[in-house]
Amino acid sequence: MSDERVILTRERFALTMERLCRQLIETYDGFEDTCMIGVQPRGIYLANRIHQRLLQMTGLPQLKYGQLDITFYRDDFRRRDKPLAPSATQMDFIVEDKNVVLIDDVLYTGRTIQAALTALNHYGRPRSVELLVLVDRRFNRHLPVQADFVGITIDALDEAYVRVEWQETHGEDCILLFADKPAAG
Amino acid sequence: MSIAQQLGTKHLLGIKDLSAADIQLIFETADSFKEVINRPIKKVPSLRDITIVNLFFEDSTRTRISFELAEKRLSADVLNFSASSSSVKKGETLLDTVNNILAMKVDMVVMRHPAAGAPHFLARHINASIINAGDGTHEHPTQALLDAYSIREKTGDLQGKKVAIFGDILHSRVALSNIFCLKKLGAEVTVCGPPTLIPRHIQELGVQVSYDLRKTLLWCDVANILRIQMERQDIRYFPSLREYALHFGINKTLLDSLDRPIIIMHPGPINRGVEITSDVADSEHSIILQQVENGVAIRMAVLYLLAAQLPQA
Repeated sequence: MSDERVILTRERFALTMERLCRQLIETYDGFEDTCMIGVQPRGIYLANRIHQRLLQMTGLPQLKYGQLDITFYRDDFRRRDKPLAPSATQMDFIVEDKNVVLIDDVLYTGRTIQAALTALNHYGRPRSVELLVLVDRRFNRHLPVQADFVGITIDALDEAYVRVEWQETHGEDCILLFADKPAAG
Repeated sequence: MSIAQQLGTKHLLGIKDLSAADIQLIFETADSFKEVINRPIKKVPSLRDITIVNLFFEDSTRTRISFELAEKRLSADVLNFSASSSSVKKGETLLDTVNNILAMKVDMVVMRHPAAGAPHFLARHINASIINAGDGTHEHPTQALLDAYSIREKTGDLQGKKVAIFGDILHSRVALSNIFCLKKLGAEVTVCGPPTLIPRHIQELGVQVSYDLRKTLLWCDVANILRIQMERQDIRYFPSLREYALHFGINKTLLDSLDRPIIIMHPGPINRGVEITSDVADSEHSIILQQVENGVAIRMAVLYLLAAQLPQA
């Protein structure tokens, strides 16, 4: 992989996370009839953090939180070299008449979110769905999908690759930009 | 044990062609589908552009319904065919029948056939992906996968587990596929039944042979009990069903006399009172109905992984 550039350092990363949580509190207030759903596999690191931080900040005993795997809903099945390995879905509630905050790390083509919306339909008819992403690559969309809460907006070429690194997996929170995509795996 | 990213085969003709990594991949994928089929809406759109034909040249209830349900849960288009109501009766060959169906743009074929090797023959002559749903007395791969999956679910890893297969081993495709599958996953296998119903040289497959029901029950962790396949028996292999039940039937008294409970399995259809009594089949240690549920998840996994290998759309 080519040279990497840090576009969000640990300190700025923490500030951004804090801002996203405060925006959610501002919008959803007491979080009644509201649930957070992280998109597997990478969206759940962000969703876990936000879920934990919101519990601390609001002092609420619990917040409805699920993890949704969208592998079987993707529109690129048989269009990739290898099938994608599914991750676990953990949804112990239905979203009927709930406000859903869908959480993913990077919004790129919009296809993942389209698949997530299809998958979400199988858990009922939500009252509303809003999208929270840490990174919005706004010039690379294939579908008319926009995020409602954005950590950082990045204007990058289509060939570029954005990776969010987490303390849990990489030892430090940061966002990196690579000039080229990694080899297909 | 490492898990493959994709299956090493284009068809599922038998367990013999699969590697342990392939089997683990099927199990991991089935875990995800098991979660899907327990949701309020049990359907995913993965195979929405795939057409599958179920070709059944032999009677079946469980397997056909299980495949059909798996196909529908994956949103595939499904065609059903049974030999009794088709042009096969008018003398059409297998290859002609299948080629005519494939001319209608079918992507996958699930086939049960009374002749061993029929799906292998098809695989050599047609392009569609083929899944063997039982060929004569040869293999029944998805049954073996769901059996092993059910054991894994109940006891964890199969490595070192002791599994005994009881009954009509000679005519059973379930037995052969189970032996291949269990051995590949590291289990120990014993086959047990009357000498006339145990194929000669079966030890070559790495299994132990026993003619003593009680001794084998004492040895095993899991008992997979097979049906006597009267329809495949051209001569008499034992004097009467009553005598078979007396010597090789598994009943509650026998199980209660063991030093520990063992897991009871049966691929169905059950002949209650012959190879197994009702109180055993319906007991708390029986996982017969879990096998049926897992069958759908396993078949979804197999269809999904094989469909991924089809030429790109």
